[in-house]
Amino acid sequence: MADPFLSIQNVKKSFGNVAVVKDFNLDVGAGEFVSFLGPSGCGKTTMLRIVAGFEEPSAGKVLIGGKDVTGLKPNQRNIGMVFQAYALFPNLTVAQNIGFGLKVAGMPKAEAQARIDEMLGIIKLPDFGDRYPYQLSGGQQQRIALARALAPKPKLLLLDEPLSALDAKVRISLREEIRSIQKKLGITTIFVTHDQEEALSMSDRIVVMNEGRADQTGTPFEIYNRPSTKFVANFVGTLNVLEGTISDAASGTVKINAEEIGLKGKLNGSKSGDTLSLALRPEAISLGRKAGNDSNLTGQIADVHFLGSVIRVRVGVGQNVVSLDTFNSPSSPPPVVGQKTEISFSSGDVLVLH
Amino acid sequence: MTQASISDTAIASRSAPPDARSGFRLPTHWLGVAPFFIFALMFLILPTLYLVVGAFQNDQGQYTLDNIRQLFIDKSIRDAYWVSIKISFWSATVGAFIGLAMAIAIVRGGLPAWVRSSTMTFSGVASNFAGVPLAFAFLATLGRLGLVTVLLRGIGIDIYALGFNVLTSWGLIIVYLFFQIPLMIVIITPAIDGLKREWGEAAATLGATTWQYWRMVVIPVLWPSFLGTVILLFANSFGAIATAYAFTGSSLNIVPIKLYAQIRGDVLHNPHLGYALAFGMIVVTGLANIFYIWFRTRSERWLK
Amino acid sequence: MKTSRFWAWLVFVVGAAYFFIPLIATFEFSLRMRRGVYSFDAYRVVLGDARFQETFAYSVTVAVFTILLGVFLVVPTAYWIRLRMPQLRPIVEFITLLPLVIPAIVIVFGYIRMYGSNSPLPFLGSARGTDALLVIGYATLALPYMYRAVDTGLRTIDVRTLTEAAQILGAGWTTIIARVILPNVLIAVLSGAFLTFAIVIGEFTLASLLNRPAFGPYLQNIGANRAYEPAALAVIAFAITWGCMSVIQILARFAPKSANRPN
Repeated sequence: MADPFLSIQNVKKSFGNVAVVKDFNLDVGAGEFVSFLGPSGCGKTTMLRIVAGFEEPSAGKVLIGGKDVTGLKPNQRNIGMVFQAYALFPNLTVAQNIGFGLKVAGMPKAEAQARIDEMLGIIKLPDFGDRYPYQLSGGQQQRIALARALAPKPKLLLLDEPLSALDAKVRISLREEIRSIQKKLGITTIFVTHDQEEALSMSDRIVVMNEGRADQTGTPFEIYNRPSTKFVANFVGTLNVLEGTISDAASGTVKINAEEIGLKGKLNGSKSGDTLSLALRPEAISLGRKAGNDSNLTGQIADVHFLGSVIRVRVGVGQNVVSLDTFNSPSSPPPVVGQKTEISFSSGDVLVLH
Repeated sequence: MTQASISDTAIASRSAPPDARSGFRLPTHWLGVAPFFIFALMFLILPTLYLVVGAFQNDQGQYTLDNIRQLFIDKSIRDAYWVSIKISFWSATVGAFIGLAMAIAIVRGGLPAWVRSSTMTFSGVASNFAGVPLAFAFLATLGRLGLVTVLLRGIGIDIYALGFNVLTSWGLIIVYLFFQIPLMIVIITPAIDGLKREWGEAAATLGATTWQYWRMVVIPVLWPSFLGTVILLFANSFGAIATAYAFTGSSLNIVPIKLYAQIRGDVLHNPHLGYALAFGMIVVTGLANIFYIWFRTRSERWLK
Repeated sequence: MKTSRFWAWLVFVVGAAYFFIPLIATFEFSLRMRRGVYSFDAYRVVLGDARFQETFAYSVTVAVFTILLGVFLVVPTAYWIRLRMPQLRPIVEFITLLPLVIPAIVIVFGYIRMYGSNSPLPFLGSARGTDALLVIGYATLALPYMYRAVDTGLRTIDVRTLTEAAQILGAGWTTIIARVILPNVLIAVLSGAFLTFAIVIGEFTLASLLNRPAFGPYLQNIGANRAYEPAALAVIAFAITWGCMSVIQILARFAPKSANRPN
């Protein structure tokens, strides 16, 4: 990146003897929406709090707009932040909450009121100015919190699991709304989440974090389809793992149970006789042979879950159990447990995990 | 179909309360709470009403406002109310501020966890340690032969020569603080816990200084609980008598001691004036509690 | 951060000093009875005093009866309100808070006027009757604490579900209260009981105005006439209060935390 807006350089953070963030590097371009995705305890929230200034890094520095802000306090950084628990001030009305940053900055009343009205319009709650937080639903509170964070026109927006406390329906509508507001305002945004679906659907780029490190950084498409580590592959999406042995490294032949499949050009550097894990997304596997799929394995149907438009089938392949999805078609009978079957996939979709 | 009806019956019989099966159960329904209501009526409400009604009657049983008027005219009674209100006011406000400061220190001051837990335990004890023994403790501390008095005299400060006397209103205020401060800590600590860390962080990211955050959020949020508790402390010391009585005998002219003397020996030479004195106490503590409940509901609404 | 911690320590230490100095001073004073040396003479005198033993035993007895009366009044009421008559809840809660509003001295004043020897209910006509009235008065004073403790206990165990579960298994009301509800709120009841004990044991106003030979008036009497014994008594009283509160704290650790916890 030629001129990153936010630059995190060699940041480390330890609490006592516990290293929570281990050498974190990231450049974020202006207007970019970047997600930190990972399980709890992976250091993503700590990293966000370092950017916000609530935690001081043990080493490394943070630059915003080319300026080193590592030593600055949170209230000197010109950032907006949204918290998981909304954190609206309970004694202030919605309008006063949104106007908090403006009042603190000493903006004249009329100007502040205009900005508050504008923000209420942006979050589509124009008539809510006089209400108190306790009179609002969770989703409404979080939109107010977003408006409050954006009102003083910060250069950087930090979202700390803002959707986790909401119920499923609100969560989906709000994530679309956040993304569209972010695009409209063009504000650089860091979004922390443990929900892969949120990260995949909202982000320009995702940083998958594991044990204080960035395991992989890439677009949602790259992260999902070309995970570079076993952790990323497992954490993002559902994954079937088949254990196999390389029977002939030169021709790329891999033996799974008694059957062989060809994985030419995917085994970089492995020798014959090595064992390896092959990963496949459920949507990459078909029940039965299918045109275009060059690899087949035989198995037995272990389990059938009818999910409406989709039927999730679990097939035992030797020692492994493979999940796959087929569309429900009313005209053909559903798979039956115990039935012998074949599964097929394209060798190009196989992820080799080392 | 058959299956559905079976399960319906099962659900119906399970959720039906036993007394819904027959219609003739109303008396037993009330029987469960009858002892409580009879007790409350006989030993709480009627005795109080007896005094309240008596306050508005004269010797002949005619209704009059004379007794109430007398409360304001009689200089000794007026003084007693004034001293009582003064002692209660100062012990409540001073106790509240010190208690608040200590509560903030143990919750937000970054002190080790044992400080908080031991303070809370001790507060539970001290807020219940009132009455006669408390007076003894302070006599042993600040009395003429008390440890602190003696130690201070040892370094050349004679507090009694400087005009201090523990057996005065101010002495009593210092003593009352011993249960007022802990009571404040016990009541206000949950309110301070209710201040979310994220509020401070949100304020910081919005550019607020610590002082601005306190002025615009913390103080307004704590204010109703704080004021409510001050009023509760006020009522708490207004009705207290044992400590004061053990401390100064009947020499201190405060309302409860005056009422005590009246009950023992009709010192006012007018039983109905005694009822009025009691009625006045109920009015003061009653008003205080109404305000307390009002402030409390306000703060609870916010912190829900 | 550093400066705020300094202020926190300062506030805490100054506050702690205010509370500990009187306790230390009282203890020190109680040891000064024998001239020139520290001794436990004051304690020996107090504990050997027949009046101490009598009044203390009397107050303990009164406290026990007060607790029994309180439990008998509060547990069925609180249970019934939770289970069947939630509409009465605000009224009952209001009544239980009244003893905090009406000063004890006013309540006892009312008793003296209403239940004198010439009244239809002459409690004060006999010593036993006065004892009963004292117990009743204490139960009234303890009502707010007892009710709150028991009601909190009932809330955490989800009375309705437990009762219905017992009914399905064929239990009658006696069995339900004695075998299901009481064991589950026992901790709460005990907390209320110890708080009641702490309040009753040294209470002065009621006992003194009803002229009963209780511990509170004895304390006051000693305070007015002796020098060192009151300090020893204050230490003993503080130890009793501390003991009651510690028991409540320990009990709290055994209390059921939520309705779903198997117990």
